[in-house]
Amino acid sequence: MTARRRILSRLLPQRVRGSAGPQRAMLLTGAVLTALLLLTALLAPWLAPWGHAQLQDGGALFGAQRPPGDGHPLGTTAGGYDVLARTLWGSRTAVAVIGLALLLSVLPGTLLGLVSGYLGGWTDRLLVGVADALYSFPSLLLAILMSVVISGGRSSLGGGLTAAACSVALVFVPQYFRAVRAEVLRVKGEPFVEAARVIGTGHLRIMFRHVLRNSVRSLPLLLTLNAAESVLTLAGLGFLGFGIEPNSAAEWGYDLNRSVSDVTSGIWWTALAPGVATVLAVLGITLLGESLNDLSDPRLRRRRAPAPVTPLPAAKERARA
Amino acid sequence: MTLAPPLGGRRDGRTDGPRRGPGSGARAVLRSPLVRYLAVRLLLVLPTVLLLLTAVFFLMRATGDPVTTAFADRLTPAQLQQKLHAAGYDRPLFTQYLDYLRQVATGDFGRTATDNRAVTEVLRTYGAATLELACWALLVAVAVGVPLGALAARYRDRAPDAVLRLAAVLGYATPVFFVGLLLKLVFAVGLGWLPVAGRASIGTELRLQDLSDPTGLYLLDALRSGDGAAVADVLRHSVLPALALGLLLAGVLLRLVRTHLIATLDAEYVEAARSRGVGGLRLLSRHAARPALVPVVTVLGLQVAGLLGGAVLTETTFEWKGLGYQLAHYLTARDFAAVQGIVALFAVVVAVVNFLVDALAALIDPRVRY
Repeated sequence: MTARRRILSRLLPQRVRGSAGPQRAMLLTGAVLTALLLLTALLAPWLAPWGHAQLQDGGALFGAQRPPGDGHPLGTTAGGYDVLARTLWGSRTAVAVIGLALLLSVLPGTLLGLVSGYLGGWTDRLLVGVADALYSFPSLLLAILMSVVISGGRSSLGGGLTAAACSVALVFVPQYFRAVRAEVLRVKGEPFVEAARVIGTGHLRIMFRHVLRNSVRSLPLLLTLNAAESVLTLAGLGFLGFGIEPNSAAEWGYDLNRSVSDVTSGIWWTALAPGVATVLAVLGITLLGESLNDLSDPRLRRRRAPAPVTPLPAAKERARA
Repeated sequence: MTLAPPLGGRRDGRTDGPRRGPGSGARAVLRSPLVRYLAVRLLLVLPTVLLLLTAVFFLMRATGDPVTTAFADRLTPAQLQQKLHAAGYDRPLFTQYLDYLRQVATGDFGRTATDNRAVTEVLRTYGAATLELACWALLVAVAVGVPLGALAARYRDRAPDAVLRLAAVLGYATPVFFVGLLLKLVFAVGLGWLPVAGRASIGTELRLQDLSDPTGLYLLDALRSGDGAAVADVLRHSVLPALALGLLLAGVLLRLVRTHLIATLDAEYVEAARSRGVGGLRLLSRHAARPALVPVVTVLGLQVAGLLGGAVLTETTFEWKGLGYQLAHYLTARDFAAVQGIVALFAVVVAVVNFLVDALAALIDPRVRY
């Protein structure tokens, strides 16, 4: 117990150490589930009993839709793959797409938000318009359109990963753009920016050194939320048949798509494992992000709520007491 | 189609966060700020839709065309070229684009390349199915989300709140199609209570199509036909899809209601009411819930995009022949006209709902306008 606590306190920022009760439970559950996802992804080759696209063992076919049992703890799919192996390998795809998607969305989104907010004027108005249009459109449809554009809808090998990641990233760019831009607008008016301008600092230096560094504090929360969402988007793409081909990588959404007809005939094992895996992955990341957000500055939380009739009632009560 | 003129410095409050100054001198120009606000918001719908339409137009053409997709392996290059020419796909891209815009401006979305139907008719037929599903889902979401959200706010930070909060997160984390599959497994296959898929059984569907001037909303049509069995059949088919999509939204609604109710429960006027002896349900519904309604409705309006995305997945899970179900099909066939039509409709729906929600908020709460 104490050892765990010491590790915890060393790993996490100070605020987290002050957590208690249900919040701590949420945080720990989230952390454990997320760690499990990462570990499974890392160790998939050793954990999984078979390869993700393996159909036979030493010449003998696995057979399709075999119920859980000998050699196949979770049965086999309609396509003759091992369900457990597909599910474990699927974590790899999920993690890869999360990483790639975040990389592809955070950088452009942040840069565009910075430039747009800092420059203002027509550039800003145009970019905001585009971001709003993208943001208000159903994100899954956007991702589908992107995946059709990038990979022609059906992906082979690593190209599938990239296509999925790009589709997911496109959905997130407007979110980072909006978050960073809003912060930049606030920071831009601060005295220290004005001071920098007065002493003749160049625009680039002001943008990156003075403004950017003070505008990214809302990003970590957005990052976890988007990581969770990218798992869902990837699964949605796969489920609709616009994801990754089964022999290039294991993907939960695709497996769930294949299991729709199984379910109708009462075969439950092909749907359950990939579905539960998706839920656990998203749940873990979401809980982690949410509890970290809860534990951060409570004033930040207040500010996110739409203007209450009496601002900061808690503060008022304190003042009255 | 006219483009919206460049707008003054102000945009809808939702995009810019709280720290935007009031529009300079805008109020002086028009007598009624409400009218001006609504007019500007309405004009913003057009460029949004146009932008998406343009993007989809060029993106789709970057991925191939319906003729090549359908015939590439069956025709010689020369024959293919001839077919492309006949369909007009070999013209300069920009000419095609202008033609398309001209067409759309007159309300004509062209014909689908795969099954040669008017796109507007496709939109009407399948749009009705999607609309019906969305209405059911909203009903479920409100029926589940609002009372539970109020419960969570009432027992804030105690056991019911914690349980409900976890349930809401779980609801978010579960893909809508997995919920659908689980519901199917339990209620359709396991217990055999409800049908597995579809909007109605074949007999009912044929019967409804015989109606003169069907609306496409099966429940309405079934009611009009006056056939009790048809109504029951349609209802039975709607339960599982409505639950799958509705529960997704219910989680969002639960959290929204909880957050905003807590904010108003802390307000001084609620405390005042409490000190006057108002309590229980009356305090919650009359004093706390009303002011919380505006933000809840506003944010719920933003969920319409999510609802449509969820509808696509739900429709595929339950073979509910709506826009989403068809969209996947048309996309695979590279059927430009159909995809563009569906996307445009989605964009218009999202934009209009957002406008209505903003308008509603502005009407109810004067603070929304500057």
